[in-house]
Amino acid sequence: MKELTFTTLIAVFEEIFGRGLFWAMVVAAAAITGAYLYVLVRDRSMSMRKFLLAQLSMPFGAIAAVLFVQLVTNSGFSDIGGPIDLMVLLGVATLGAVGIAVLVYTLQSLIRSRSQ
Amino acid sequence: MTPERNGPHEPKSPWRCFAHQLVNRLIDRLDGASITIIDPSEKHLYQPGLSLVAAGLKPTSYTESRTADWLPGGIAYINEAAAGIDPETRRVTTSGGQAIDYDFLVVAPGLVLDHDAIEGFSLDLVGSNGIGALYAGPEYAARTWQAASKYTEQGGVGIFTRPATEMKCAGAPLKHTFLIDDIARTAGNAGKTEIIYAANNQSLFGVPIVSEKVRMLFEDRGITPAYSHVLKSIEPGSQRATFTTPDGDTELEYDYLHVIPPQRAPDVIRQSGLSWADKWTDQGWVEVDRQTLRHLRFPEIFALGDVAGVPKGKTAASVKWQVPVVEDHLVAAIAGTEGTATYNGYTSCPLITRVGRAMLIEFDYQNNLTPSFPGIIAPLEELWISWLMKEVALKATYNAMLRGKA
Repeated sequence: MKELTFTTLIAVFEEIFGRGLFWAMVVAAAAITGAYLYVLVRDRSMSMRKFLLAQLSMPFGAIAAVLFVQLVTNSGFSDIGGPIDLMVLLGVATLGAVGIAVLVYTLQSLIRSRSQ
Repeated sequence: MTPERNGPHEPKSPWRCFAHQLVNRLIDRLDGASITIIDPSEKHLYQPGLSLVAAGLKPTSYTESRTADWLPGGIAYINEAAAGIDPETRRVTTSGGQAIDYDFLVVAPGLVLDHDAIEGFSLDLVGSNGIGALYAGPEYAARTWQAASKYTEQGGVGIFTRPATEMKCAGAPLKHTFLIDDIARTAGNAGKTEIIYAANNQSLFGVPIVSEKVRMLFEDRGITPAYSHVLKSIEPGSQRATFTTPDGDTELEYDYLHVIPPQRAPDVIRQSGLSWADKWTDQGWVEVDRQTLRHLRFPEIFALGDVAGVPKGKTAASVKWQVPVVEDHLVAAIAGTEGTATYNGYTSCPLITRVGRAMLIEFDYQNNLTPSFPGIIAPLEELWISWLMKEVALKATYNAMLRGKA
């Protein structure tokens, strides 16, 4: 790669998803993160009950993310060929796990408000 | 394409995309310049996708877009071919009879596939009679898959060729070989296929260390190399192919034959006096300095992409490195100074070794490996991440490049 800059990355992601979808996803991720921060500040504490459910959802998010990547590409687990491939696989799984945990926690907080 | 004062030009053909990329970058840097792009093709082809189409992994639409969609405003776009270039009077004439004078000219017409050089072959045959030819375009790549998929089911002798001329993406003949072998293997038909790779000389790839790795992979897959076998003619009826070898012609029977014809500079280039006189005389590549891509006899002319007379460099990735170099020297020349950027021969090839894995091969003029991610993505290792780059990120990067953003 030559000049792998942040703007290059943005340009590449715009091409992968289409400009509209890419920025919609960025906005969605920012909104969920913002909502998460909002409920943390609003409640002034983390609810361990909500956090437990969020944690329990993590494996599902991890598996879903990996299967999604395999679904949109012509590849599967048998194509893992070296350490970097395992790291990519774990990275995708981690993103899925953390993403769904934040989402589940935030949704619970917004829906059940501060009663818990 | 070409930038210049009154209007520039550029000839036609597939790798014009590089002109598009350069135009998109120049439009941001040059104020007051008049830029004209001469491009006969209404459709732009994402040629790195043809290997995937020819293996049934992508539809033809994956490789096609509209040329006009890639061009910026503020330029003149002539949808005709360059029919003549006169470097002495600095004038380009088009197929529609227009004459355009230039101060600077960038030639990026791509190359032509000389199918007629293979006796007995015609593009009508592709898709039937066990014949494939994926270089010929999206439709032919899809028809190649028709013939190849039948072969992966029925088996027999598959012969995969490459020409003895310079060629674009010298990894593509290998990719097609690996992919068809893998698809047959996955279908449980490996025992029915006998695959032969006909190399044009005594190596399997121009970079020795890569050639040796490919030799090992071929051994592992049971693919037989036939060294110094250059396809000369075919008899589609009896499914026999004749090869030129150092020991004379030899004939082989096939059930599937993948044809890649000799490749040459377009006639408009060869007739303009821009070609090397003492190198590649049967091919006609433009006589440029290998580091600046500037013409050695006409300094106001640059060559980009396939048509440039330099070793290696006939890939989209090469052009990504070439464009900033030409841009630098062109902008400097307009300002009356000398540019400093140089091109080191960088060429890249995500060498697919099976569906789901590839090797990210990058190298330069000196046959050195030049990995972009040393210590992280090993160039000679079959990796999933390299496949993901090919399947997911490459077209996106290519498109960003066309827009002048990568």
